[in-house]
Amino acid sequence: MSLAHDARVTVRPATMAQRPARAWPEVNNPAAWIVAVILLIMPLIANSFFLIEIFATTLILGTIALSLMFLAGYGGMVSLMQLTIAGFSAYMVAVFGVSANTNISLGWPWWLAVPMALTLATAFGTLGGALAVRTEGIYTIMITLAIGAAFYYFTNQNWAIFNGHTGINTVATPHFWGVNWRADIPFYYVVLAVAAFCYFAVEYLSRAPFGLALQGVRDNPRRMAALGFNVNAHRVAAYAFASFVAALAGVLQVWNYRQISPGSVSVGACIDILIIAVVGGITRPIGPFIGALIFVLLRTFALDFLVRLGLDGNRFRLLIGLGFLAIVFWSSDGVIGLWQRWRQRQGLNAPSSRGGRRHG
Amino acid sequence: MDSVAHRLSAVGAAAALELRGVTRMFGALAALTDVTITVRPGERRAVLGSNGAGKTTLFNCITGDFPPSSGTIRFFGEDVTHFPPYERIRRGLRRTYQISALFPGLTVQDNVYLACRGVSRGRFSFLRPGQNDALMHAADNLVQAVHLAAVKDQRVAELAHGQQRQLEIALALAGAPRFVLFDEPAAGLSPTERAELIEILTSLPAHIGYIIIEHDMDVALRVVESVTMMHNGRVFKEGLPQEIQSDPEVQELYLGGGHE
Repeated sequence: MSLAHDARVTVRPATMAQRPARAWPEVNNPAAWIVAVILLIMPLIANSFFLIEIFATTLILGTIALSLMFLAGYGGMVSLMQLTIAGFSAYMVAVFGVSANTNISLGWPWWLAVPMALTLATAFGTLGGALAVRTEGIYTIMITLAIGAAFYYFTNQNWAIFNGHTGINTVATPHFWGVNWRADIPFYYVVLAVAAFCYFAVEYLSRAPFGLALQGVRDNPRRMAALGFNVNAHRVAAYAFASFVAALAGVLQVWNYRQISPGSVSVGACIDILIIAVVGGITRPIGPFIGALIFVLLRTFALDFLVRLGLDGNRFRLLIGLGFLAIVFWSSDGVIGLWQRWRQRQGLNAPSSRGGRRHG
Repeated sequence: MDSVAHRLSAVGAAAALELRGVTRMFGALAALTDVTITVRPGERRAVLGSNGAGKTTLFNCITGDFPPSSGTIRFFGEDVTHFPPYERIRRGLRRTYQISALFPGLTVQDNVYLACRGVSRGRFSFLRPGQNDALMHAADNLVQAVHLAAVKDQRVAELAHGQQRQLEIALALAGAPRFVLFDEPAAGLSPTERAELIEILTSLPAHIGYIIIEHDMDVALRVVESVTMMHNGRVFKEGLPQEIQSDPEVQELYLGGGHE
């Protein structure tokens, strides 16, 4: 047991603890129902560009960031390798499944390739976590970043499995029951279902013994050991769960783009996940999805916006960076924190209000 | 006839806690030197000594927060010297901390629930506790026992100091404790709260032994039957409370200087 737990990344305690135990928190929140209905009827409202490029992409990135939120918000462990785990899972779908690179892909049907990819990616993330939990705070960040960077360079240089810098192209997507599940509308619902499943799983787990104990580990690992908990085993288990969530999102990602290449697992992309989670807020599972929506909207539209102002469109990252700075400066729990304080100032809410929810 | 030495000779392998030659170094500094202490099951003992005498380090070695540099520690006959803290806790050892070590982001109820869960199965359970969960009831009872039922849904960060100290004790009494280490439980408590603390300690079931570190003699000597006096990391004296209180050397050391 290290005594250095004071140096760990501390998370402002979430208001989640104020909600009554054992109840589903969303059921009585009308905003959550409205958002749920909008998400369900989205294909009637949005054209295919918005459906896939904005909303499906948001949900996929949000799910990866959700896995980071789970580790950082509940466990106090900032892992920069969550995108790497998703990317590993995506690569495994391409390697075991069907793609245009017939010399690499083994041609398994999707229902065999996907469980294989999920298993391997979860094992990969758990091993990475087992390394990372020996450290605290900034060293956890460094180790997980090193794993992410190593994987990026490895995929670039390995041709036998990862096909070097060109990656694996034209990855097959599932067709069954007469449905092309990569067609825009079915794919949107697949993504929505997976994201909702992960969201509710994290939400549910936060009040289950495993999740509560993880929050105990975040608050005071030494005391957790003095209550009979094996703190490191708990942390590794948290990495395993988070890896599974990230791996699910990785499968969706490779189906979304139908290809995977080192560019998708770059160090920059790993850091984007951190930005998404922090901008949205890492105290609650909804935060990463809000962060992802902001990120995707900026990434998609900031370019046109900047060009219209007569600036270089490639500077959209500048906008994201400035937004990131503003958020961490004014609100250490992200947009959901800002939103909540605004609601409180409006005097609209009871102390337990958790306004502005999206599910999924 | 009832001297500490006499009792110790009769204890043998059944001692609740048996330290033999425990030494703990911090670099070149010896925080504990050759400490040998035996406590029988159900015995209640105070450890006295000025600041820096090694009292809290002694606790940290017993629980495994720091492993001892040398020596052996037996808990109910079992050599636990190299066990991680959680293995000792699961065998019935408990402790409180001098500076409250709680989970500020969680509610009082959740703090106590975690303590109950830590010494039972299902620490990794993915299922939320149901309405009739036995550990939830155990947690409810503990919360009541330390007079915190009124604030059980409040976050610990919002509690008053005295309430945090009471919660600190509740966490140490979860499950089936066999031996408890109390590290200055009365620190910063009001006179009323001290009386409540004494009541909690004296009403513990007789089979639960404890060691208490306490500067307040009024509290310490009312709740123990034996005293170990430490000085500069060594055991200086052992005896009954009245022997220690009337010992001239102890009076000079402890009551004369160094006491905060």
